Amino acid sequence: MEVTKLKAHEIHEMLKKGEISVRELTEAFLDRIDRIDDRIHAYITVTREKALEQADRVDAGIRSEGNTEVLAGIPMALKDNLCTKDIKTTCSSKILYNYKPPYSATVVEKLEEKGAVMLGKLNMDEFAMGSSTENSGFFTTRNPWDLERVPGGSSGGSAAAVAAGEAVYSLGSDTGGSIRQPAAFCGVVGLKPTYGRVSRYGLVAFASSLDQIGPITKDVRDCALVLKAIAGYDPMDSTSVNAPVPDYEKILDDNIKGLRVGIPKEYFGSGISSEVKDRVREAIDVLEGLGAICEETSLPHTEYALPVYYIIAPAEASSNLARYDGVQYGYRNMEVEDLISMYKTTRSEGFGPEVKRRIMLGTYALSSGYYDAYYLKALKVRTLIKQDFDRAFEKFDVLVTPTTPTTAFKIGERTKDLISMYMSDLLTVPANMAGIPAISVPCGLSNGLPVGMQIMAKPFAEDVLLKTAYAYECHRGFEITAPELEVF
Amino acid sequence: MVEYEAVIGLEVHAELKTKSKIFCSCSTEFGADPNTQVCPVCLGLPGTLPVLNKRVVEFAIKAALALNCKIAEYSKFDRKNYFYPDLPKNYQISQYDLPIAANGYLTINIDGKEKRIGITRLHMEEDAGKLIHSNDDISRADYSLVDFNRTGVPLIEIVSEPDIRTPEEARVYLEQLKAILQYTEVSDCKMQEGSLRCDANVSVRPKGSSKFGTKTELKNMNSFKALQKALEYEINRQIELLEKGIPVVQETRTWNEQKGITETLRSKEEAHDYRYFPEPDLVPLVIDREWVEEIRKSLPELPSERKNRLIRDYGLPEYDAEVITSSKALADFYDECVDIYDNPKEISNWVMGELLRLLNANNMEVEDSPIKPKDLVGLLELQKKGVISGKIAKQVFDEMFETGKDAETIVKEKDLVQISDVGELEEIVDRVMEANPKSVEDYRNGKERALKFLVGQIMKETKGKANPQLVNEILKKKL
Repeated sequence: MEVTKLKAHEIHEMLKKGEISVRELTEAFLDRIDRIDDRIHAYITVTREKALEQADRVDAGIRSEGNTEVLAGIPMALKDNLCTKDIKTTCSSKILYNYKPPYSATVVEKLEEKGAVMLGKLNMDEFAMGSSTENSGFFTTRNPWDLERVPGGSSGGSAAAVAAGEAVYSLGSDTGGSIRQPAAFCGVVGLKPTYGRVSRYGLVAFASSLDQIGPITKDVRDCALVLKAIAGYDPMDSTSVNAPVPDYEKILDDNIKGLRVGIPKEYFGSGISSEVKDRVREAIDVLEGLGAICEETSLPHTEYALPVYYIIAPAEASSNLARYDGVQYGYRNMEVEDLISMYKTTRSEGFGPEVKRRIMLGTYALSSGYYDAYYLKALKVRTLIKQDFDRAFEKFDVLVTPTTPTTAFKIGERTKDLISMYMSDLLTVPANMAGIPAISVPCGLSNGLPVGMQIMAKPFAEDVLLKTAYAYECHRGFEITAPELEVF
Repeated sequence: MVEYEAVIGLEVHAELKTKSKIFCSCSTEFGADPNTQVCPVCLGLPGTLPVLNKRVVEFAIKAALALNCKIAEYSKFDRKNYFYPDLPKNYQISQYDLPIAANGYLTINIDGKEKRIGITRLHMEEDAGKLIHSNDDISRADYSLVDFNRTGVPLIEIVSEPDIRTPEEARVYLEQLKAILQYTEVSDCKMQEGSLRCDANVSVRPKGSSKFGTKTELKNMNSFKALQKALEYEINRQIELLEKGIPVVQETRTWNEQKGITETLRSKEEAHDYRYFPEPDLVPLVIDREWVEEIRKSLPELPSERKNRLIRDYGLPEYDAEVITSSKALADFYDECVDIYDNPKEISNWVMGELLRLLNANNMEVEDSPIKPKDLVGLLELQKKGVISGKIAKQVFDEMFETGKDAETIVKEKDLVQISDVGELEEIVDRVMEANPKSVEDYRNGKERALKFLVGQIMKETKGKANPQLVNEILKKKL
């Protein structure tokens, strides 16, 4: 069996038994990237030398100290909005095309301490704004299931790399669905943790009150392993929460008897493809078969989540992205004579159209005279959405829905029609609004393309979420693996 | 003819002297080499997050309590958005609608009368960096550089009610505010280093009217004198406009120190829309009441209390007490002297006279004085023991200030010990009388002034060291 198809916990067993060295493993992945990434286009930067150096270090650690960390030596990759010391971190934006941070994100440091081997940095929609990676300032990533289709976004590179065997796992970021939607499109597992569960320090901000970092993995067990490694309080992030981190992997079992599952009807509305609904209903049948009690419910303010998201996220983004002005780092237009022209040309040339659109939207929503009508109102509706979930979780342990209205769409299909593009986040945005954890697990195929089931739970109930997903995965009765690419 | 009155409100920014910055652990020390006290957080690099320094909140509460403010139970930070190269995130983390404190007051003393100036609010924010322009002037600069050392230094902004009526009241308010912030040890308040900055809102109206006139905002006043002068100028300018029937334009104006005038900086239309919104990277502040009471208990004696104590305990005249307590460092200096030398009035004469004269002439703060309390007392003791004369004492004081040596050393080195030996003095008196027979005769003929001349000659002969009392006695006897 090719190692690039394996999961982290499987590779760990091989490493433990000495069946393979970390160097051989790392070389296998670098090899695979060399062979196929010119068709997937998941990577912006491949850190070959650093990866091999780290591999040798971990090999030495295994030999001398018997390093038993599960993630030690496992090759992974990071979305390019996670800061990596002295390694380019571009956010797929021309304005940061040459930017090398002087520090690493907290999650990166945590994984490095555990001996993770970083292969490189992954493509995304510019500053995480988008649902297809078509907004990348550099190139569009392809869906490994169908190279004519998008991998989803904004963490499209992260999902495609894992699905195509170019990394064992990856980290993405999720502001309105940016982990779960591409995970669904690429047939992998993607988790957005509770807001505050994982430190945001070193994640280049898009919308600070919504952003969370999370894992994209081949299965639920890996997801639990990676979450355990990156979760926890960080004194560098005041919004991270000081709550104990359970051993998410240890608590995994397939016993969900009596689990109360809510099925919010708003998530099965007219905009959702019937094939997607069918696959999710079949998955719900599996849960029921395992003894879960499934019942329809309602989250009445669901329809407002997307419009509210498109006020709050751009408002925060307009402020967060103000710092890209050419003064300290990144791209600067050097031709101009005065300060205002430097600002204008640098930002006009450095940002892509979607980023500019959202900066303008957000600037408008915060302007004096409009603040109350837009931003303040949006905050109030956000509270209503949160209350919907609070009420639902009095009755249910988890809520189950489709992750996306459709399967992966064709490249170019939605770039002209923004609303249809924005609609692909319809079902994922509410969890960000409420700050609750949500996971996407593959639940079958529709016309040869993966469908994702979304499971949501109350704040800090990642354990319940993972357990439910794990039980389903164990009993769904099929494996979902992207078709092997023909190697020319 | 209409009589006008001015309506003035002040916005004062004071840098808090916490060891580290408001949202990171960088040092706040003034005067370091450019960009040596910076980190990814205060540079606003992508991905960084602010973490609030609790000491900043403590200092802000302390200042607010000293200004009789109410401390909020719930407060939050907001982002104030505007582009400027000294602001690395292009937004300033400040407080908008829920400041840490509000509704206070400060009492000033004008012509012996007390007046209460209301304090609208006090809030916390981060300072910006500093631009350094080539050719020392933005209009002639080929390039500009940014020093981010000051970025993230904690500030409090204190906004007064429009209760101030004259430029003098404004100056006294600012002096009093400075004293309070220094007494509570939350700020150095050095205007020349920019750790205390003041903007003013000013309008005029016919006396007796309760309606406000159109106001202008004044910036760039870098000293107490500048504040008073700028307000005097601006008030006259506005009155002249109104008398000509021209309305005042609402705008921001800057004080031009060289020309002695205020000039338009930006019009109302050019005013920024700061797009304030709650800072999502920080959690709201819930202020514990017990903590506030703890801070209240730790408040030191404030200027007005200290002034009253000096009057009560040492019998100082009100004027002396006012001058000495205007600065905490000066009052501390004074108290330290009185502790070891029991003549409060004599000390206040020296402190207010000689010490302040030399400090002002050298543009120095009390903290930097080369003469410490024990040095001054050492000098006074030499004088008291009769080792040196009063006149010599002043000369020695200057010398001490210049060299940093103590009084005894200087007196020894320069051989300034007073001549009190009667025999020695008699010899000198004889010599001087012999050399000035005319003056001797004049005095004997009733010209009192001649005595002074002779004393002067004796002093000259002894380089001022002769004991003046003895000289007088001997001279009168011999004449």
